[in-house]
Amino acid sequence: MWRDAALVAQRDLRIELRSRVATNQVAPFAVLVLVLFAFALDPDRGVLDRATPGLYWIAVLLAALLAVTRSTSLDEAGGTRDALRLSALEPAGIFLGKVVAVAGQLLALELLLALGVAVLYDAELSGFGLLATTCAAATVAVAASGVLYGALVAGLRARDTLLPLLLLPVLAPVLIAATRAFEAALGTSATDGWAWCGLIAGFAVVYLVVGSSAYGALLEDS
Amino acid sequence: MELVVHFRAAVALLGRFPALAGVDLDVAPGQVVLLRGPNGAGKTTVLRACAGLVPVVAGDAVVLGCDLRRDRRRVRSRVGLLGHSTGLYDDLTVGENVRFWGRAGRARTEDIDAALALLGLDGRLRDVPARQLSAGQRRRTSFACLLARRPELWLLDEPHAGLDREARDQVDALVRQATSQGATVLFASHELDRAEALADHTVELAGGTTPTAPAPDTTSSDRSGSERGTTAPAGAPVPEEEAAAGVA
Repeated sequence: MWRDAALVAQRDLRIELRSRVATNQVAPFAVLVLVLFAFALDPDRGVLDRATPGLYWIAVLLAALLAVTRSTSLDEAGGTRDALRLSALEPAGIFLGKVVAVAGQLLALELLLALGVAVLYDAELSGFGLLATTCAAATVAVAASGVLYGALVAGLRARDTLLPLLLLPVLAPVLIAATRAFEAALGTSATDGWAWCGLIAGFAVVYLVVGSSAYGALLEDS
Repeated sequence: MELVVHFRAAVALLGRFPALAGVDLDVAPGQVVLLRGPNGAGKTTVLRACAGLVPVVAGDAVVLGCDLRRDRRRVRSRVGLLGHSTGLYDDLTVGENVRFWGRAGRARTEDIDAALALLGLDGRLRDVPARQLSAGQRRRTSFACLLARRPELWLLDEPHAGLDREARDQVDALVRQATSQGATVLFASHELDRAEALADHTVELAGGTTPTAPAPDTTSSDRSGSERGTTAPAGAPVPEEEAAAGVA
């Protein structure tokens, strides 16, 4: 399974590097979202300061939708889905490989957006341990649930519009928990950031387990 | 001798449409069997059912000893299907595509390299992205992906389509080589002159059935064992899947 996951992750990342969709479309889109938030809230810097963690994660989630849609479409074109079903690859390996590839892109994106909020929002980054752990857990959670729901809507005509409708409500707990954890790390809230981080980690584990188990059936039905 | 493919009164549905409405088909090891019939006859569906991609809901369907009605996934890694789509990733090079699908089929590195060499893809073309290939070159790359896996049963849907004469000869040579190495080939084609010369046995499909049931022919070198059935009835419905593909 791990060998299959490595093979699929390598393939997806290689395709993304070649196609440059992540660098030329997803990343600029995410930065643009940050810029628009800055324009919208600039008159009242106090609001922007308080809202920075939430705005950051909203930008990440919106960009993640593009990355997940792209990842799903890779295995739909040109008969590749049938070829995957005929291969000896374990469905759980395919799922984990795609999660790794999406997570890798999201981590790079989150670094870029962190620079963005530091520059555009004048945010002072602190609590790096909690920030990094939250980012890692939330990235896995978003990637795992995204790949799972991507497989769920694959093959449907309305998949591009259906995916955000299904995925964003599912990711609401991650958005809330990651925002609270970031607020704690940045010192704008007195909440226990590690508790929120633990919640995200639990969410990630649940979706990794469910996705690994269900991906074969989803690959079959889509 | 155990048959590679054994269908009896096999019924397969595409949605609610009975794409196969009672197919009888026997293919012995090492045989090259041609499926012929008009568009919508069910040729593509038979090939996909043999690959375990389309569920058989009634009748008997056994491929390589696997009962498709019980578990159609088990047979998949042992068959190679070359359909209308090439199954290639446009942003990967020819070499990367063949290596990926070869490894996904548990192929050895030497088999992957041999497949590339045999199809003439080990030179300049190896590093060309699939999106830049001509239709014929894409087809050759798909063949290399299939060849690298060394499947026991080759399922080819219009293998000569879109190829020039030289490439068609190459396809025929690959099929003969595969059978000489123990593989079995079931293919559909509209190019009857070339296909019938290649096949040991011909099975006619019409309207999702086999009007003339084929008798198993275990002598793969006997090319006189063709059976000709009827043609499809006028106005026979075209399964959605095949209609979408444009041909059957």
